[in-house]
Amino acid sequence: MKIGLFIPCYIDQFYPPAGIATLQLLEKLGCEVVFPLNQTCCGQPMANSGFANWSKACDENFINNFRGVDYIVSPSGSCTLHIREHLHHDQNPGEAERIRHTVFELTEFLTDILKIEKLDARFPFKVGLHNSCHGQRGLHLSSMSEKVEPPFSKPGKLLAMVEGLQLTLPSREDECCGFGGTFCVFEEALSVKMGKDRIKDHARNNIDYLTATDSSCLMHLEGILRRQKSPVKIIHIAEILNAPGNG
Amino acid sequence: MKAHAILAKEFIADEARTDWHDETLWFIRQKRDKAAHTLPEWEQLRQWASEIKNHTLSKLDEYLVEFENNARQNGVMVHWASNGDMHNQIVYDIIRQHNITRVVKSKSMLTEECHLNHFLATMGIEVVDTDLGERIVQFRKEPPSHIVLPAIHLTKQDVSDTFHQHLHTEKGNADPLYLTRAAREHLREKFLEAGLAITGVNFAIAETGGFVVCTNEGNADMGAHAAPVHIACMGIEKIIPKAEHLGVFLRLLARSATGQPITTYSSHFHKPREGQQMHIIIVDNGRSRQLARADFRNSLKCIRCAACFNTCPVYRRSGGFSYHTAVAGPIGSILNPNLDLKSYSDLPFASTLCGSCSNVCPVKIDIHEQLWKWRQVIASEGQVAPAKKLMVKGMAFILARPALYRVAGRVGRWCMRYLPFLLNHKLNPWYRQREMPGPAGRSFRDWYIKNKKQ
Repeated sequence: MKIGLFIPCYIDQFYPPAGIATLQLLEKLGCEVVFPLNQTCCGQPMANSGFANWSKACDENFINNFRGVDYIVSPSGSCTLHIREHLHHDQNPGEAERIRHTVFELTEFLTDILKIEKLDARFPFKVGLHNSCHGQRGLHLSSMSEKVEPPFSKPGKLLAMVEGLQLTLPSREDECCGFGGTFCVFEEALSVKMGKDRIKDHARNNIDYLTATDSSCLMHLEGILRRQKSPVKIIHIAEILNAPGNG
Repeated sequence: MKAHAILAKEFIADEARTDWHDETLWFIRQKRDKAAHTLPEWEQLRQWASEIKNHTLSKLDEYLVEFENNARQNGVMVHWASNGDMHNQIVYDIIRQHNITRVVKSKSMLTEECHLNHFLATMGIEVVDTDLGERIVQFRKEPPSHIVLPAIHLTKQDVSDTFHQHLHTEKGNADPLYLTRAAREHLREKFLEAGLAITGVNFAIAETGGFVVCTNEGNADMGAHAAPVHIACMGIEKIIPKAEHLGVFLRLLARSATGQPITTYSSHFHKPREGQQMHIIIVDNGRSRQLARADFRNSLKCIRCAACFNTCPVYRRSGGFSYHTAVAGPIGSILNPNLDLKSYSDLPFASTLCGSCSNVCPVKIDIHEQLWKWRQVIASEGQVAPAKKLMVKGMAFILARPALYRVAGRVGRWCMRYLPFLLNHKLNPWYRQREMPGPAGRSFRDWYIKNKKQ
């Protein structure tokens, strides 16, 4: 099974440890992983701003980079959702469709494709889980509070396999953090207020770390935490799942 | 008109009040969750409601004519209005025919959309809104800030002050029971004086020609039963084919809106009583245009429960007035661009696309997907601010070129590290209340080439 590793642009530039952990974790679990070197961005920033037609070059670049792998795995629910919903290519519709069906967010891939039941990882800290909206509601990584459906959580199930980790949830389990792509600058006041409220809700649990499946939410929350001089640290879920274990 | 982002910022400036607004509406969202979870068939009900509405919209012309014919046979006078002005004129003409000067009106978002009160006031007709929340905001010369809870932006103390000014209640007495009693006494008089009652319509049933009006206060009934003339105003999308379909919609409406099993009054009107005149005005006002837009057609399924308002993390923290329109919230953000794209081009961007709205919607409107699609329309119609457009164009240019992207990333990270003052200033909206991400020494790709590439 050959896996193409898709590292979103902001992880590539600002959060390489999340990418490194994803790669190491997949290799640890026996996958053959390649990282196509000319990847850039999924195109979501343009499309969500109303300019989906300007993301065509990103679509083409994405297809050129990830042609021929069995699965594409990414440590981002939001970018994965964008590819799954919006990747198109006029000259190569078949390849675009194949990619839309083989792109997976990391925790989804570990749960549904690799069907991981145990992990050799230890992370003896109190961790708050932020359910990122696009992963949760878009990819259905966990049950949603609005719906009448049996409770489940793919990230939660994986975190439960980590030794020493004490998982906590905020009182509003799946409220948006307010990042929202360009929303975070064009609706700055609202974006920050939403982020502050999420942090306040998590802070009630006296957490050491705040984690999520998306570094974009975490980047926004980290910006607020650091401005508040909070001791709470952010960490991508891949880094926790890849933490060294006992054996 | 100020854009949503500016109005939201002004709202949030009072953080304590913003928290109170957010928590009040979240409490209603929780009541809705509780009510939904008591019904194991909840998701099935939503599916049925969605399918009934989809079907109805696909044959709307036929069902409207069926409704009209049956209503006429019941002795109701049916009028058609293609826009808000025509609707207002029809109401005015009926008022003039009967030489009426005093009108009571129960909640109708359609009449808000058509600015009926303002129009009638300029013609010298006094309209008294009889829904308690609407009466409160009417005293304050404000529009409703929420379609189900019109005065939700006000505290008890605000209401006390307003009533003290207009109803001469004791200054400072904010006891809800006391204030409600004062409102009741005041409104009873208005009901008795009124020559005409206007109501909205929640559901119009094609097979019977009857219609249902849902309220919690009984004010629609009080108005319609006391006045010699009743006008019911409805948008063309209020039709449902059969009376039995009410069993789906009435179960969903109040649970979604407030968490009640059903509205306190779900009143069925079929024909005028002895000596009464009953009119129905069926209004288009842009709805048939929306019906023709394949991407946005199903927004017409909306039953105005406002569940999407209560769940929206943006609405809860920016208030109804930040949407500068009669129907605010996520649903308003996909309905209003149809009415006036230029004036409401900010609304589809007043969202993080979190998707909670679509999940609570009892008729399964894909609200957040339509927000995304409106953004595409707005951009293609040239309604995105030039600075934003330039920024997006710049991003697109760089991200389309892998080598350029890598250089830009390297330069950007170097600047963040060694020239932080270039970014760390208050003109950067990220930095105003957030630290910049700590710059990584090297990109993931650089690490990969050094450590992994064979």
